[in-house]
Amino acid sequence: MTSSDRIPVRRTAKLFIAGEFPRSESGRSYEAFSHDGQLLARVSRASRKDLRDAVRAARAAFPGWAGKTAYNRAQILYRVAELMEGRHGQFESELADAGAQDPARGVSASIDRWVWYAGWADKIGQVLGGTNPVAGPYFNFTIPEPTGVVGIVAPADRSLLGLVTRLAPAIVSGNTAVVLASESSPLPAVSLGEVLATSDVPGGVVNILTGLTAEIVPWLAGHMDVNAIDVTGVPSELLPKVEELAAENVKRVVRGSDADPFSPEAQSPYDVTSLMEFKTVWHPMGA
Amino acid sequence: MSEIERTATSALEQGRPVWEYADAPESTKIVKLEDRYGLFVGGEFVEPKSGTYFTTIDPATEEPLAEIAEAGPEDVDLAVTAARSAYETAWRDLPGSERAKYLYRIARQIQERAREFAVLETMNGGKPIKESRDVDLPLAAAHFFYYAGWADKLEYAFPNRAPRPVGVAGQIIPWNFPMLMAAWKIAPALATGNTVILKPAETTPLTALLLAQVIQEAELPPGVVNIVTGAGATGSSLVEHDDVDKIAFTGSTEVGKIIRRSTAGTGKRLTLELGGKAANIVFEDAPLDQAVEGVVNGIFFNQGHVCCAGSRLLVQEPVFEPLLDKLKERLQTLRVGNPLDKNTDIGAINSRAQLTKIEELVAVGVEEGAEIYQPECVLPERGFWFRPTLFTNVSQSHRIAREEIFGPVLSILTFRTPDEAVEKANNTPYGLSAGIWTEKGSRILWMAERMNAGVVWANTFNRFDPTSPFGGYKESGFGREGGLQGLEPYLELGR
Repeated sequence: MTSSDRIPVRRTAKLFIAGEFPRSESGRSYEAFSHDGQLLARVSRASRKDLRDAVRAARAAFPGWAGKTAYNRAQILYRVAELMEGRHGQFESELADAGAQDPARGVSASIDRWVWYAGWADKIGQVLGGTNPVAGPYFNFTIPEPTGVVGIVAPADRSLLGLVTRLAPAIVSGNTAVVLASESSPLPAVSLGEVLATSDVPGGVVNILTGLTAEIVPWLAGHMDVNAIDVTGVPSELLPKVEELAAENVKRVVRGSDADPFSPEAQSPYDVTSLMEFKTVWHPMGA
Repeated sequence: MSEIERTATSALEQGRPVWEYADAPESTKIVKLEDRYGLFVGGEFVEPKSGTYFTTIDPATEEPLAEIAEAGPEDVDLAVTAARSAYETAWRDLPGSERAKYLYRIARQIQERAREFAVLETMNGGKPIKESRDVDLPLAAAHFFYYAGWADKLEYAFPNRAPRPVGVAGQIIPWNFPMLMAAWKIAPALATGNTVILKPAETTPLTALLLAQVIQEAELPPGVVNIVTGAGATGSSLVEHDDVDKIAFTGSTEVGKIIRRSTAGTGKRLTLELGGKAANIVFEDAPLDQAVEGVVNGIFFNQGHVCCAGSRLLVQEPVFEPLLDKLKERLQTLRVGNPLDKNTDIGAINSRAQLTKIEELVAVGVEEGAEIYQPECVLPERGFWFRPTLFTNVSQSHRIAREEIFGPVLSILTFRTPDEAVEKANNTPYGLSAGIWTEKGSRILWMAERMNAGVVWANTFNRFDPTSPFGGYKESGFGREGGLQGLEPYLELGR
């Protein structure tokens, strides 16, 4: 029997919530097509309830993830890169389906991005925190801390590199994330979830929803237990609505750079600190 | 028998120590008030196009102090135009070293006229003269001095990021620290090359207008700083103006959310320093006498009109009773009254509206079943006053434990374990500050790490310094003021 005779086993594309792969509780799905119109898969169409479950999972995972040592988080992010390398071919074919001009380069750049951000885990506080010479008997220092639960709307194009470019700086500091995958090319995000599930990233640290952007974004922007929202992938016509909804709990609204995602400008420690809070501590001094 | 003597006699009968003080009023002669103040636009005081004025009063006497121009939309537009023009022609391209010299001049002139500013601040806002003299004014001068030094060193603060100013900044400040908030807003904005339109609070415009005179004397290029007085409508005109690049707001969370909605989709830069409901946490090993002073300072400093006030006291159970006894005793010795008296601890409530809000929330506290304690003290007949107030038997669901009262009212809760203290302290949508009282250094750092708050004070409270960043987590806002981090909101930065 030649390989072409074998019936391949197809993957069911599901959501990734709390380290598990449920279908949407709504039972809904939508069709994802390749750039040339071939049906690739039916992917879950996340509901508002799925979003709430994802936020709950992210909140539950936050203390544990933020509480890990920076060294530990660095190793876990590096581990993500290791496992992506092993699936290089799978990601390439998914990017080719999505119409990427140079899929191999996109996958390699995504892996390298994880490695680059992994190294920041135990350096961001050294570079961007510090001590303050106050006029009094106090040891006063300022350190950046993770903001909490971050909603990330992944860019519609660059369905892998664009997503990794926003996700890695969000979680390296200890934030947990609810990611909305590219609506038109969701499969690389689904595969990334499968990598994360086996990379020692604790369940709930990253939750990935697939579905309709215009439907889910307002739910995410209005959720009272989401501390920040990354609007890089939010269509410009939706942005004013997102910022209005974000006011309700004073959500931080951040947007990624417009730089070419392959360029060095696409990665920055300031993409880490834009999702962090500076805390200042006055510690008494005295004999 | 005078009122003071009656109080003293009553205290003696109860076996409490008696502290008698003669009057020690600060003279107001140093302050030269005008009858009427215009708007400060383009380096000149101008009549408002709106044609309207409002009266500003002394909240301790309810006597009028001056008439203040109310800036309408047309006035705000003129101020923005002046700021834009100064930005493009005078300030943006001035070398940082020269901008610095103007800021140093302002710092020095504030120091030279500190007493005049302090008296005026107390007259217009009701805060005790010892606070305006020893805290507000020294810190205001220090902020200008600190940020002056940054003006020509921005490339070192943000290496490889080519820092550039944002442009024209609209700045809206509250009534609790009028002069200090003006300094917090103006100094970093100018150091980084922006021009500003400052809107002081409706009830406390006078020190900002005196600062305008200092700015004139410093010969700052016209239009670099503009000051528009008025109430909420003036603030809205500023926030909504198309040619403003950045809004910096300090005030209530409620108004902060309105501003966030109003700027949605405009691309304006925004920083918000909003309300708080800080936990001040006393562990059983804390030095209790020192902690009592810190608790008192935490909630009664500036009549409790402090966004970072320690308004929720969390006491570890074994020391609850001794701490409460000491607190009550200390409250008996607090002197409430004439803010211009150098011995006064608690001055006037800033406005009738604020007094009403405090009274309403305190009434709710009583209705919800908390136990109220207020010391005996004689309050002046005119003006706005509120006794220092403690509530015990407070549960976390009580409104007095959840809502910002912004007055001299402390809600006391207890805890058993450090974990429970963390849980209770963080159980609020706010996240501005926290206090920790313990002799154990390791516990200070353990707790500090777990507080969802932008500023954590250990064995102290309500300390401020220009080098020390200040700002909130969660619904207490975003962005930092003070320190190196305080430059960032006023800069466009490369990657």
